[in-house]
Amino acid sequence: MSTIEERVKKIVGEQLGVKEEEITNASSFVDDLGADSLDTVELVMALEEEFETEIPDEEAEKITTVQEAIDYVVAHQ
Amino acid sequence: MSIEGKVALVTGASRGIGRATAYALGKMGAIVVGTATSEGGANSISEGLAEQGIQGKGMVLNVTSQESVDSVLKEINAEFGAPLIVVNNAGITKDNILMRMKEDEWDDVQDTNLKSVFRVSKAVLRGMTKARWGRIVNISSVVATMGNMGQTNYAAAKAGMEGFTRAMAREVASRNITVNSVAPGFIATDMTDALPEEQHDMLKKQIPLARLGQPEEIANAVAFLASEGAGYITGETLQVNGGMNMR
Repeated sequence: MSTIEERVKKIVGEQLGVKEEEITNASSFVDDLGADSLDTVELVMALEEEFETEIPDEEAEKITTVQEAIDYVVAHQ
Repeated sequence: MSIEGKVALVTGASRGIGRATAYALGKMGAIVVGTATSEGGANSISEGLAEQGIQGKGMVLNVTSQESVDSVLKEINAEFGAPLIVVNNAGITKDNILMRMKEDEWDDVQDTNLKSVFRVSKAVLRGMTKARWGRIVNISSVVATMGNMGQTNYAAAKAGMEGFTRAMAREVASRNITVNSVAPGFIATDMTDALPEEQHDMLKKQIPLARLGQPEEIANAVAFLASEGAGYITGETLQVNGGMNMR
């Protein structure tokens, strides 16, 4: 069973088309990984599916880095 | 990718342009969900589709209610899968000259004809984004560009719809989703039957093809924009009006 961190990084890699080794916890989706506004929405959709949760829009807006995504998932397990 | 087996949603499909469009998409192999505001309307859509040998059904939808949009989308997703072809056709008229127009005549037309497009288009985007394929076709009107006496509310809503079409087309183009409008001229439907006969005669004089259009002639244009062959057309408004609004 992979850790939450690994699962988040895998999804980020798939959604944004970047290699997992290029992704660090501090990576910003937009500034470091080249996501556009639609990408970030789709990323949240993918996280919702992977972790079987619903992320409200106001929360989703605050998730801008890999670490923030991990923190959100951990807090809402 | 043909539209064979794809789910198509057509709002306002119990009669007129909506019904003809539902049939045209069904003939191209789509599974069609047509909506009406009443149970009776939804049943007649189901029966009509069955008679035509088209897979799908009618459902009750009130496009002015977010709740109704959400629940119908949920039902479609569960029963048929995500709709990848969506025709925003539901619309009403509440004509009056501006000096007599009531606020509710203005508001009702904006809500049913324009805000509905926002509600439905937003609700179907998730499925289209995931599929990396989608077709949205909004049914506008020649009145959006020409204007028409007694229709400030309707013309404003339809012109708004065409602007929405262009903005949304830019937003979702990278996901291979196209958004277009079809602007019918005067088509023989219940909506134009309500016009007085003198106006019909006057109208025909302004139409180079000298007749009202048939709902099927609009449906053909919508079906084309929904097809694979129209994949490089987006943000466009296709005029289908017998030549009355050449530009």
